[in-house]
Amino acid sequence: MGLVDWARLRSPWVLHFNTGACNGCDIEVVAALTPRYDVERFGIRLVGSPRHADILIVTGPVTKQVEKRLKRVYEQMPEPKFVMAVGNCCASSGAFRNCYNVYPGLDNVIPVDVYVMGCPPKPEAIINGVVKLLEKLKKLKGGAS
Amino acid sequence: MSNIVDVPVGPQHPALKEPLNITCYVDGEQVVGAKLRIGYNHRGIEKAGEYQTFIQNLYIAERICGICGIVHAFDLAQATEHIIGKEIPRRADYLRTIGLELNRIHSHLLWLGVAAHEIGFDTLFMYVWRDREVVMDVIEDFTGNRVTYALVTIGGVRRDLPQEKAEKMLRVMDALEETVKKYKEMCLNEKTIRMRCDGVGVLRKEDAIALCAVGPTIRASGVPFDIRADDPHAAYDEIPFKVVTYDTCDVTARILVRIDETLESINIVREAIKKMPSGPIRARLPRAVPVGEGVGRTEAPRGEVIHYVRSNGTDRPFRWKVRAPTLANLLSIPVMLTSKGDYVVYIADVPITFASIDPCLSCTDRAVKFVDVSSGKSWVWTFSQIKRMYWKDKPCWRERP
Repeated sequence: MGLVDWARLRSPWVLHFNTGACNGCDIEVVAALTPRYDVERFGIRLVGSPRHADILIVTGPVTKQVEKRLKRVYEQMPEPKFVMAVGNCCASSGAFRNCYNVYPGLDNVIPVDVYVMGCPPKPEAIINGVVKLLEKLKKLKGGAS
Repeated sequence: MSNIVDVPVGPQHPALKEPLNITCYVDGEQVVGAKLRIGYNHRGIEKAGEYQTFIQNLYIAERICGICGIVHAFDLAQATEHIIGKEIPRRADYLRTIGLELNRIHSHLLWLGVAAHEIGFDTLFMYVWRDREVVMDVIEDFTGNRVTYALVTIGGVRRDLPQEKAEKMLRVMDALEETVKKYKEMCLNEKTIRMRCDGVGVLRKEDAIALCAVGPTIRASGVPFDIRADDPHAAYDEIPFKVVTYDTCDVTARILVRIDETLESINIVREAIKKMPSGPIRARLPRAVPVGEGVGRTEAPRGEVIHYVRSNGTDRPFRWKVRAPTLANLLSIPVMLTSKGDYVVYIADVPITFASIDPCLSCTDRAVKFVDVSSGKSWVWTFSQIKRMYWKDKPCWRERP
């Protein structure tokens, strides 16, 4: 394991992007960052700019209005980049399937690495998703995704 | 010579948890104007609701907004019961009131944390969110879920509150009251909060009334407007409570209104548990709703929510309309963000000013206006145009039964 991989594994920074969620998943993502659940013990920090982020956490069904912005944010992230879809509606548009303005899943727009199911998933489930993603990171050689 | 620069904030921005675009017109450090662009969160819920039954709609109504979900489910149920025209059991009213007030406590604490984060006071953010988890535990104990409760149903509620859970709830409320009082003390005396919030984001009383602001935003401008007191529903007619107002009209006033309301809500929960009658929790109402129109309104944590439902005699609504509080409050944002005379807005105050109305865009984005970004042309699509566009690949556009 190289120095870069080691550093990335111990402090993956996340960017949170809401693509039209009902806020349920968003408050659970934030709850996972705050003292009761505290993902900062894995070195995970919420950052403001896509250029600093390793992991993109997406919540909510992808609306047509936000699609272009989502792609732009994804493209601005440096390689290797990972995407975590939090919530049923992000994975498969969930409760909003058949709504005319949403895509049937995040993977129709950008590639996804980890799906966390639940409506909304509990913070424990989100932490589980993050840990799964870290295992995936561990298997990478030389930082290629 | 002044040189005005456009500064776009959003739709992805560290200070915003939801997609929204604010364009601030900036002269040096001063904001001289602001323009809002919403609609990133529009999903088409009202339309989807017309193809589902009333009971199924409660599920999607709860997902209009994840923070105040129970309010939307309650309003839709209230509007449906209004059409059917039957009373629901009194115990169900009290259980709904407890659900609504627990929701308000959790939402106001959540907001207090977010507001502290916006002014860079992350210590308070972490403390408040730690204590909010206690409320989430009570909610989970009562309804079975942390965020979307699925408590309200048409004709009553789906879960009862047994005695031992009620006692546990009362114990938690006592501990929580102490904590919230501590936070009030902190917000009144902490110099960093006062320096960032005093005189920031001023919305004068006459502006608030003219722009039809609702909820804590208008109460912080000194107008005692609260649907729970003005048009009592659920069990609010039997529970005494105070409508909190402050008249400094700034962000500090909005913080204090919300903290005081949290204390009031704790009292309402106590009273409701004390006065709650025994009896059934649900009345069986017909699945097919008679022809008619119904309105449900209640005070969400952010202000007044109105649901309008029209039925054509089937088990599906003919039309369902939602008016969320943030839509009313958003209009006051450009006023708060415009420097005028002695009142000066700096760029650094934009996030906290915007956060002070407790924006909830997933509630708000009910309508879309299509804009071609390259040419700046905007238009409104007619129903038949949308139908033609999506007829093939979307099952929701099938003819109604």
